Amino acid sequence: MLRLENIHKTFNIDSINEKKALHGIDLRLAEGDFVTVVGGNGAGKSTMLNAIAGIWPIDKGFVSIDGINVTALPEHKRAQYIGRVFQDPMMGTAASMSIEENLAIALRRGEKRTLRWYITKAERERYYMELKKLGLGLEERLTVKVGLLSGGQRQALTLLMATLKKPRLLLLDEHAAALDPATATTVLGLTNNIVSENKLTVLMITHNMTEAIRHGNRLLMMDAGKIILDISGEEKKELKIADLLRRFKESSGVQMETDSVLLS
Amino acid sequence: MELTAYFLSLKPLNLLAALPGNVVQGIIWGIMALGVFITFRLLDFPDLTVDGTFAAGGAVTVVLILAGMPAPLALAIATVVGLFGGLVTGLLHTLFGIPNILAGILTQISFWSVNLLILNGANKAVNVDKYYLIVSLRNVSSSIVTMLIFAAVLVSILYWYFGTELGSAIRATGNNPQMVKAQGINIDFMKVLALCLSNCLVAFSGGLMSQFQGFADIKMGQGAIVIGLAAVIIGEVMCDALMGKYRNFYFRLTFVVLGGIIYYFVIGLVIWLKMPTDLLKFFTASVVAVFLAIPYLRSKAKNSFASAGKRRVQKNA
Repeated sequence: MLRLENIHKTFNIDSINEKKALHGIDLRLAEGDFVTVVGGNGAGKSTMLNAIAGIWPIDKGFVSIDGINVTALPEHKRAQYIGRVFQDPMMGTAASMSIEENLAIALRRGEKRTLRWYITKAERERYYMELKKLGLGLEERLTVKVGLLSGGQRQALTLLMATLKKPRLLLLDEHAAALDPATATTVLGLTNNIVSENKLTVLMITHNMTEAIRHGNRLLMMDAGKIILDISGEEKKELKIADLLRRFKESSGVQMETDSVLLS
Repeated sequence: MELTAYFLSLKPLNLLAALPGNVVQGIIWGIMALGVFITFRLLDFPDLTVDGTFAAGGAVTVVLILAGMPAPLALAIATVVGLFGGLVTGLLHTLFGIPNILAGILTQISFWSVNLLILNGANKAVNVDKYYLIVSLRNVSSSIVTMLIFAAVLVSILYWYFGTELGSAIRATGNNPQMVKAQGINIDFMKVLALCLSNCLVAFSGGLMSQFQGFADIKMGQGAIVIGLAAVIIGEVMCDALMGKYRNFYFRLTFVVLGGIIYYFVIGLVIWLKMPTDLLKFFTASVVAVFLAIPYLRSKAKNSFASAGKRRVQKNA
């Protein structure tokens, strides 16, 4: 349902800072795929997600979702297909607006904003039920400003916002990386619940190989702007970290610095 | 002796007599401040177009009334001119990538020439004896009632508007544009929309001011942004102090208008005290600077390196 064909992106072209970020990305995702993406710093993981989300135009290639070519659409027009959670918990929510106001904006993702009142009674009840499922007690704080929530609470809320209106594709950009380990586990657990409950198609970047192996049905490894490993099915289930490191060496021809992949 | 003579020369009755007129002007500036509140507070866009659109509102209203148009229609057209000003600033910023403050300044400066053309000179008077005016210095008591109604209606409309899907999209744009884009909202459109709305209010208020004082002047918008900010900030400080946790959006809007009234009352007081009026703009700017600085300094005082150092010293002692 997602198709990337020969995507290239270079930043700061013709300057001393020129950086080839994506170097021919080909990828096809099937309906319901839960794909984890690993790779060192600068491998192009976030750049690939940004290319899909339409943060900037790509140099070459095309992106299509459900057979619709979205290459020429800017970010806000692609948003009708895509739900996103960012690494920075501050980025996904409006701090000076209440929880229900944030949810109301997210429920209308990709829709035309009209002069209707921002929330209805039925919607408020739905928000209550959905927040209750998160198990963080946010359902009793619908009118509280989001700025007063903790990073983990904000990230859980962003996750709910990204999926409240079912997206065709969910993009998670290291969304648990800025949280403490316990909160990260909670947020990743919530992610699993929401994804399986809604049967979502997901691309999840993670810096944690254990997480990458544990979650999802398919694993991509990136290096120097290319996808160098694509493991799925039974092979993915059997995968160990040591296998990943060995496979990385075979594919890229260089010894992976274990720390940079595990920690970056 | 001189001081006694000075105090004896002050006539309390004069202050009281000037009060109703100050209230009317205060509400007019309060409506202008609602426009500033939309850009400065909700959209996080310090829009300097207002100096130009305020004077344009005044100029268009007076010239059209002199040409025989009924005052309400003249005021409506002036409001549309304000919308156009906001549109220009918005497009300069969103289409051509000009920084927000500079975009506003460019529109403001060009309005100076436009207003001179409209007025065909530096100012133009409109006589309330010859023409019907919505508000006038000559009839202050009915002007107060009219302005109170205008203010109440506008506050209600704005309260409703910013509670709609569109209005909350504008508020979110001012708050976190990144999130707003990810939710499928065109932030450029929201910025232009808010700037248009804001400058409509500003030109509307300029049109009322020119009727009230009986003339439009090329310089009537000078420093309008600062007066608007003063009203917004005075209103916010009062709203926090008086409403505390009951502070909601309706009160925030109402207090912006009240901020305009209080600002004008203070100005009236300064004039009554026979302070040199040349200092008025300096005084206004100082008030704004101080009130903008207070919340920053307060939060810094609670959380500064100096106090962190002191805590350590006390512990050791």
